[in-house]
Amino acid sequence: MIGRFRVVRQFLRRPLGLTSAVFLVLVIISVALAKLIAPYDPLAQDYSAVLATPNAAHPLGTDQLGRDVLSRLLYGGQVTLIGILEAVVVAVVVGIILGLIAGYLGGPLDTVLSRLTELVMAIPGIVVLLMTYALTGNNAHAGMFVLGVLSVPTIYRVTRGAAAAVRGETFISASRVVGIGRGAIMVRHVLPNVWGPIIVNTAVLAAVTLGIQGGLNYLALGVNPPAPSWGGMVSEAQSSLLQQPWLMVPSGLTIALTIVAFLLIADALRDATDTRSDIPSSAPRQAVVEDSTAPSAAPEGALLAVDRLRVAFNGVRVVQDVRFSVAPGETIGIVGESGSGKTVTASAILDSLDAGASVTGCVWFQGVDLLHAPAHHRRAARGSGIAYISQDPMVALDPSFTVAGQLGELVARHHGLRGAARQRRVLELLDQVGLPDPAGTARRYPHQLSGGMAQRVSIACALAGNPKVLIADEPTTALDVTIQGEILDLLRRLRDDTGMAIVIITHDLGVIADIADRVVVMYAGEVVEQAAVEAVFASPGHPYTRALLAANPIASERGKPLMAIPGTVPRPGSWPTGCHFAVRCPFATEACSAAPIRLEPVANSEDHESRCIRIDEVLRSSRKEVVS
Amino acid sequence: MIKTLGLRLLASLVLLIVVPTVTFFLQAVTPGNVAQSILGIGATPQSVAALDNQLGLDRPVWQRYLDWLAGFFHGDLGTSYITGDSVVRTLSGRLGVSLSLIVGALVVFTIVGVLLGILSTSSSRVWGRLIDVVSTAGIAIPNFWLGVLLIGVFAVQLNLLPATGYVQPSENVGGWIASLVLPVIALAFAGITGVAKQTRDQMLVSLASPYARSLRANGASEASLLFRHALRNASGPIITVIGLIFVGALSGSVVVENIFVLPGLGSQAVQSTAQRDLPVIQGIAVYFTIIVVVVNVVIDVVNTILNPKARAS
Ligand code: SF4
Repeated sequence: MIGRFRVVRQFLRRPLGLTSAVFLVLVIISVALAKLIAPYDPLAQDYSAVLATPNAAHPLGTDQLGRDVLSRLLYGGQVTLIGILEAVVVAVVVGIILGLIAGYLGGPLDTVLSRLTELVMAIPGIVVLLMTYALTGNNAHAGMFVLGVLSVPTIYRVTRGAAAAVRGETFISASRVVGIGRGAIMVRHVLPNVWGPIIVNTAVLAAVTLGIQGGLNYLALGVNPPAPSWGGMVSEAQSSLLQQPWLMVPSGLTIALTIVAFLLIADALRDATDTRSDIPSSAPRQAVVEDSTAPSAAPEGALLAVDRLRVAFNGVRVVQDVRFSVAPGETIGIVGESGSGKTVTASAILDSLDAGASVTGCVWFQGVDLLHAPAHHRRAARGSGIAYISQDPMVALDPSFTVAGQLGELVARHHGLRGAARQRRVLELLDQVGLPDPAGTARRYPHQLSGGMAQRVSIACALAGNPKVLIADEPTTALDVTIQGEILDLLRRLRDDTGMAIVIITHDLGVIADIADRVVVMYAGEVVEQAAVEAVFASPGHPYTRALLAANPIASERGKPLMAIPGTVPRPGSWPTGCHFAVRCPFATEACSAAPIRLEPVANSEDHESRCIRIDEVLRSSRKEVVS
Repeated sequence: MIKTLGLRLLASLVLLIVVPTVTFFLQAVTPGNVAQSILGIGATPQSVAALDNQLGLDRPVWQRYLDWLAGFFHGDLGTSYITGDSVVRTLSGRLGVSLSLIVGALVVFTIVGVLLGILSTSSSRVWGRLIDVVSTAGIAIPNFWLGVLLIGVFAVQLNLLPATGYVQPSENVGGWIASLVLPVIALAFAGITGVAKQTRDQMLVSLASPYARSLRANGASEASLLFRHALRNASGPIITVIGLIFVGALSGSVVVENIFVLPGLGSQAVQSTAQRDLPVIQGIAVYFTIIVVVVNVVIDVVNTILNPKARAS
């Protein structure tokens, strides 16, 4: 439950919302006090002063019958504001009750109510309103009541959605166990949790209702001229448009400003109650690349090399001091629990970090630092230098296009092939990834493919540009165990056939054992160990790797996610100064927590690095275990 | 696929029965005497009773409802209380005017809304702000005020377009278009907001999706991601929203026709309301509902064609 006072405080902190609220209160007070403050009778005509522009006697001028515009505006506001109140109250009360019932109870009642509201939304409301006015002799209250009923779906939908969302939450289930009645639960527990979106939408509804009601009053519906109303005054202004255009301003602007006030209040409430949608607020923006202090040189012999990579999201570091390199044709496995920074590292290489990320360091590819290279260099590398396959093949293909449609696009882009040549290449690629019926598959849509087939198609898409490196982010996690093996076999065969290197990201030690030449172990945003796969499995050079292997004795068995080891990974933003693993490390000493630990070569091994100051003790005890 | 469409069509046709039923229901529950209000306060009880009898209002509502339904299925919508003319004849000449206005507005808010939505998808902050301003203005400047402002500026001040009135396309196509420009803008304005927002939101969802990430990483161009993939995937939800906005625009057309004095269904509706001419209002309800049903069906068909999953099933 959101603390009400916090919301009020939050709301008062938004200048636009606060200004709007003050404006609205002023409008309401002056309209309510029209009798006291209006300078004239709204119906009093003065033929000596028709169509006057604002002057001392008439602050907003006069209309074609010499009536005072300000007075008419004040009195006219009463019809308007009372009408909005009536319509909104009806919509909110009925909408909340039905929404709570449907959202909280669910079941057939929910279905019926939801269908009914859909029906109401499909009815052109104006005809029902006209009928009401015709039958009731132009009765304003009847019209607003019906308008309220027609607006019920708006409030119903948000209430239902919010109520359904909190239904499953633990405190609700707990109340149910305790034996509190359903009605009481809805009023006492569900309602306080859904009122955020409801009040936001009520403010929007008030704005919309004002517009509709103004239109009805313009048509002299729900108001009987010469009685004043805001909408009616626009109509009067229209009839003297030629003689006095000024008349359009006071009434129209009052309506517009009042609507804007409602909308801004809604906006401020949305911020204050934290009712945000999960739709991204802007397009994916480029991550910011910061200059690294000392540019390194392109490493010799490496196809792809990551050096001193550091990534922060909104100031919180999630990856730091990551370095590793990939030789042509080599397969590197990056292993770590979730939150270790392995996927962020891949995104940095692929230049697909989300907005709000800032990157330092270097990503060398074929002698060019992609991070600092001009945009066209990075574009050129995509697909034809570095390619990518993602975790869940079922969402990695565009659902609106056939396999040929999307694969063909990439083929055309990389090789400029068109027509039959393009189609031929598409079929070749599909054949290359081991799909039994390339022509048939090409015609299919993603939803017509199995997970394994979809992953093969994804791989074909990645191969379209003949890449030098393939980044595979958990390529088998979403698949059945049998299919996993097939996909790994395929990757191995493609590597051997095409000579491309593979960087495979996984939390599955079995996958590493199966396919990788070398392994990079990540923990809490850092590389903690890297070496040839056999070396790591035989004598792990870091207590974390050791713990992983100990917890997963049959490491060569694929399909098992990492077994948990005691303790939790420190979250980004709360990393310790010294070794990130210290709290969970059986070898930890005071020195470990004193200062950052560097990634250093393990004694007498060129290609083995570890981030541990007690590496000798660790290795000795590993050996002891092997011996015993 | 045919079956799904058929079911949807059936659901739409339900509307055709629902709307007249609702209006008859209103007759049953609202107090007040129609004959009395047609004749005015000074009418004698005798003349009220005579008119009641003449219009058939002395019979119970449910009986009138069944009679009306029987006629409805034969294409007869009754006769006007005021003129005694057949409702169908009164309205059929006006349908074209309303359709010109409404379809014109549909085209305008769709095109402008989608374009604005695409522009505001770009990462530039200026365009992002623009859509906020447009969406506020779309609600804050209601059609009746916008209509009068447009007349004030383009007809009265600049003398570019006619202030009011309608020209039949058979008489003069140029004049027809000129007579529709301002009304169409006034009616379309409110709809632009919704279309633009939906376009932007759905395209951003698509651009943030895993397939967009994969396509981009494997070399698809930004232009293709935006126009080929994101727009294509957003099109279904956009069209659905257009359907909802269209229903609102129908209501708006009643106001706009009156601003610009267009002889369509909407101006007839307001006149008949003032005259308590129930059969004509009822008839307009039917016409409007048919328009909604037709649009719903078109939307369903287009959505089915656009959505490979729906097409296959
Ligand atoms: S540095 Fe210390 S705490 Fe960290 S892994 Fe090595 S022994 Fe454990």
